[in-house]
Parts: sequence; structure tokens; C-alpha cells
Amino acid sequence: MSEKQALLSVENVETYYGNIRALSGVTVHADPGEIVALIGANGAGKSTLMMTIFGMPRARTGRIVFDGKDITQLPTHEIARLRIAQSPEGRRIFPRMTVQENLQMGASLDKLEFFDEDSRMVFDLFPRLKERINQRGGTLSGGEQQMLAIGRALMARPRLLLLDEPSLGLAPLIIKHIFEAIKELNKNTGLTVFLVEQNAFGALKLADRGYVMVNGIVTMSGSSADLLANPEVRAAYLEGGRH
Amino acid sequence: MVSEVHNNPAAILRVERLSMKFGGLIAINDLNFEAKRGAITALIGPNGAGKTTVFNCITGFYKPTEGMLTMTRQNGEEYLLERMADFVITKKAKVARTFQNIRLFSGLTVLENLLVAQHNPLMLSSGFTVLGLLGFPTYKKAAADAIEKARFWLEKINLVDRADDPAGDLPYGAQRRLEIARAMCTDPELLCLDEPAAGLNARESAELNKLLLDIRDETGTSILLIEHDMSVVMEISDHVVVLEYGTKISDGTPESVKNDPKVIAAYLGVEDEEVVELIEQAEAAGVDDITAAVDLLSTEALHEIEEAHPEMAPTALIPATGTPKAKRARTAVAGAPAAKTAPGKSRGAPTPARTPVKPTGATKAGVISNALPEPRGGKADKLILIQGIGPVNERKLNEHGIFHFDQIAAWKKADIIAAEIYLDFDGRIAREDWIGQAKRLAREGRTPAPRKTGGAK
Repeated sequence: MSEKQALLSVENVETYYGNIRALSGVTVHADPGEIVALIGANGAGKSTLMMTIFGMPRARTGRIVFDGKDITQLPTHEIARLRIAQSPEGRRIFPRMTVQENLQMGASLDKLEFFDEDSRMVFDLFPRLKERINQRGGTLSGGEQQMLAIGRALMARPRLLLLDEPSLGLAPLIIKHIFEAIKELNKNTGLTVFLVEQNAFGALKLADRGYVMVNGIVTMSGSSADLLANPEVRAAYLEGGRH
Repeated sequence: MVSEVHNNPAAILRVERLSMKFGGLIAINDLNFEAKRGAITALIGPNGAGKTTVFNCITGFYKPTEGMLTMTRQNGEEYLLERMADFVITKKAKVARTFQNIRLFSGLTVLENLLVAQHNPLMLSSGFTVLGLLGFPTYKKAAADAIEKARFWLEKINLVDRADDPAGDLPYGAQRRLEIARAMCTDPELLCLDEPAAGLNARESAELNKLLLDIRDETGTSILLIEHDMSVVMEISDHVVVLEYGTKISDGTPESVKNDPKVIAAYLGVEDEEVVELIEQAEAAGVDDITAAVDLLSTEALHEIEEAHPEMAPTALIPATGTPKAKRARTAVAGAPAAKTAPGKSRGAPTPARTPVKPTGATKAGVISNALPEPRGGKADKLILIQGIGPVNERKLNEHGIFHFDQIAAWKKADIIAAEIYLDFDGRIAREDWIGQAKRLAREGRTPAPRKTGGAK
């Protein structure tokens, strides 16, 4: 592990829900400009790790370091201020705000300074959102809400983008589109992406490296190509469907 | 409609002229389709096409603006769903549904969730609580039956072990299965599933396929399915209906829908791997018209193929169009010394060299203003150095008289539109900033070694 370089490093983190241990001794990292995928079955703790990075729930033991700064005990809004953005699982947009207002919320860190520029980028990526710009978030279809959640995260001009199942509920063409866009952003702006996906095939194809999580423990890690070729991974997560 | 029907050819659900408007927004526009009895009918389409709205109309969550929804039960009774309240639809018309965002009673246990679904028969047998309180045997039997049925479905979905855990504590995939089981506990004749495979991994989706096929084959329940996971839709559906912007664009067997160009364009897109297969097939068969297939490839995929099979580089596969200029352009790609861009000319304000040349011959509407009859000095620039332009597009551009970076750099809005029309790109030129890239490359004059080479020729 090239620790001194890592943009995000999660060291030995344990997270609990009440008395239930959801993460045990999780150590992962993401170097600047990397796309890292975290795959694993449902209930393995992938989303919990995403949430823990944001301090909700807080890690009970271990350390989370972002760009050399220990953020383990930092309040969530201050973590967001460090330009870590998250597109949470399950479309947590602001349902009573319009599409535009939702995007403005994402851009609030810069006081909307780059709003026009960034919203154009988001609309290029998701033309559908532009058509719905004055519609309330809650009245969008499920997939459109997912697009909005990703768009809102991008509006924050993040240095680290956490994507929790970005492909959930989206049409195949849009998924392809999103994955291409992530790659593009990563290539052009050096954006670091940490990605949780059920769609393991797509995620590993996109990512540079990957981690496999089982029951709150990281059991495997390696380059995406290695994981894609690994028979165990294939059997557990890839078999039965190419997305 | 070409769909295989299992037992009864009659349609269980007929959707006729269905329209749903929200204020000025038309979510569904004059939609007609049928769901066959005992079959799995899939409803697919881009996000926001109105799929969930169709479900909401069928299950009484919305009253449709127009149209008729006829549900025909096995015993021949017909119900007009658009006239019924939602709870009556479940009770009398026997339609059950699940939701895109899981809506279980997360505080109740798994078993209790399944018992709530059997509320109607339990209430009846308990004489609306009174007999139940008095401990009448009818109620005891009904309660035992309800638990038995719940147990049956828990076994089906592999959750017997967790019957007494709160439903909210189950992992996502298990919650999805529980939702289906809960819907099945109402003994539906039509089961409407809204994205049951969302958030499931490949193995879990395969298990879901099995569960749904079991439901269809063992209970005879007809299934209406909204799903984006093609490994589910194409495997288990008997019939697929495709929506876009609230209207039907395709309808038929999974095979026919999968190959429908309209569906591919609107929804499926094309897998790079599939295109590669196409090319290989075409090559094996000696067919030379594979331009269309190559066009579909992303530049990245082209690059991959080139690395993997230098001997069958796609550029080499592109059929020669016979125009000498295109050939020349390709020679430049194939590793000839870097083309001279004449940096002096391309810098600064328009120079005579860049003045538009009137296109001769068949002038199409929307021809690019600064097209040249042939490359200056007989050598074209390597347009593929611009990200987003692959060999195929380069050839097309050459055919349209675009050979140099500075030509692209000088494009006006109308030119971009014209180029997008014949490249069949929508907004990509702007998104990938071809103009900016071209300007930079034109400025650099001498181009660095090309990333993409045409392979040995």
C-alpha cells in the first residue's frame, strides 16, 4: 500500500449498528486519480463503509484519513467540505425541491459560482434532467432520481467521489453512458472515484483496482483484471449474467 | 403479436388506449398492450418512459386520464381496474404488486409481513376480530393456515431461518424476495413486479429468475415485470413490451425485441463485445460490409482490438470506399511519417487556405462550410488523434472533405450540426470538445506519435 500517497485511506475500521458489527478491520485505500471498485454480496457492508467514510455511523475503531487529514471524528458536513461527494444508494434526493434546486444544493459549497458551467456538464451527461429541470425531485421516475443524485454529487466539484450503486435501476444504455462519463471525468480531471456496485462486471471493467467484501471483511483485493480473472470472484459475483 | 402462450391464450390484462397526464406532462400516451395468462410479460424502456406509471394505473394508485384496463380472472370475471379503488383491486381483481423502492413493514418480523398480506381472509374468519377473541376454531384454523402459507413462501425464498427477524434487518436482496413473497401471499392472479432485480448481483438475479419461473409454472400466476436487468428480462420473459416517452415502440418475443433497431437505439445500446463478435463473424464469412458494425464500437474498444489482434485491425477491416483521398488518409494513419500540418497556416485568423471551397457535385443539405475537395499538399492530418474520432469517423470526415485539424477548429455551430448528422452523433462533438482538441493539435503542428495505429498494412 502506497500509504503516503493515498488520497483516502481507511485503516482497520470497525463499525457497529448497536451491538452488531457491520465492518471488521476494514482497510482500503484510493490513490489520487484512481477508480476503485468495491464489490460483494448484498448485506456485506459495502454501503456501510461508504457511510462510515462520511461519519454516519461513526467508526468505532480505526482511522479514516483523507489527503493526510484524519477525518474519523470530523462532523459530516465538514467532511463534505473537504470535497468528498457521495451519491447515496436509493436515490436520496430532495423530493420537494426541483431538479434545478437539487443541483444547486450540490453546488452550494462554491456558492453557485460554477453552477452554469457544471450544470451544463451534468445536463450533457443526463439530457433527461434538463427536460425536467423545473420538476420536483419526488415526481421524477426512479431512474431519473438516480441520475439526479449522481448529478448533484458531481456539482460539488469533488476530489473524491463516492458512488453507491450508480447503476441501480437505470436503463442499460444510461449505465454505459454513466460509466463512460466517470472514466472520462477521471481521465480529464483526475477525479478519484470510489465505487460500490452490484454490477460487478461493469464496475471492474471501469475500475483500476477492486476490493471484494464478504460479511464486513475485505477478503480480496487486486487489480481489476486479476479480480475479473479470479475463478472465485467469477463464481460468486460474475457468473450468470453479463451486464 | 408474436408471443408464446402457455396455457390459456386469453389475455389476463388488456391495456387499451391508456393515457396518463400530470398537469402538462404526458406520462403515458395512448398505450395498448396485453399480458397473456400464465406468461411473464416484461415492460422495459428508458428511465422516465412511464413504466411505473403504468403499474400505478393498473394497481389503482393513479386514476388514468383516459383508457381502459381490463383484468380477466381465471373464473371469467372481468374487472375494469381504472374504476376500482386500490384495495379493491387487490381483494377482488387479485392483482398484487411490489415496489421499486422496497416498502416492507421494516419493524415487523419477516413472518408478520407475510401474515399482514393475508389480512383479508384472516379478518373474515375471525368474524372481524370478535370470533377470534372468543377463540373460535374457524379462526384458529385460519391462523394456522396463514402461517402454513407463509412458511411455504419462506421456504421458496430461503428465509425460513430468519422468520422472526425484523424485515428491516434483512440484506437488500432478501428484502426484495420477501416483497415478492408478501405479494404472493395475497393469492394474486396477476403479479406486478417493479424492478425486482435492482440491486441484485448476477447470482442473486439468477436465483430470482428461478423463483419467478417457479411462480409462473407452479401457481399459474401471470407476471408483469418492469426490469432493466437484461439477464432477467431476456431469460424469463415470454413477451416484452418496450416503452419510450409513454408510447410503445416495440412489442414481441425477447428475441425480436432484442434485435429491434429502435429498441437498441433507445434503450439497449450495443455491447462492444457483441460488435467485436459481429466483426469476427463478418470476417469469417468473407462479408466486407461491416462498416456499420465498426461504427458502433467505441474508440477504446477499437484500440483494444488493435492491441489484441494486430493482424485484423479494424482500420484494415473497413472496406475501401474507392475514393483515393480516403485511401491516402488511411495510409497516413498506418504509420507513415507524421503529416505536416503547416502550422503557420493554421494559426490565427482565417487564411486563404481555409476559406470554404464550394462543394461540387451532389450537395447535401448541411454540408460543412469549409470542406476541401482533397487534403492540402495531398496529406491529411491524423484526425484520430482527436479523442472521440476513430478510424471510421475519420474516414467519414475525409469523405466529406475534412482532412485537417484547422478545418475542425474553424467549425461553426452549423458545421457541427452538419457533422453530427452524418456521423450520427448527438452532442458528442461538443461533449468531447473536438474543436478545442483540434485547435490544440493544429497549434502543435507536429503531432506526437499516434496512440492509435492502423496496425500492419
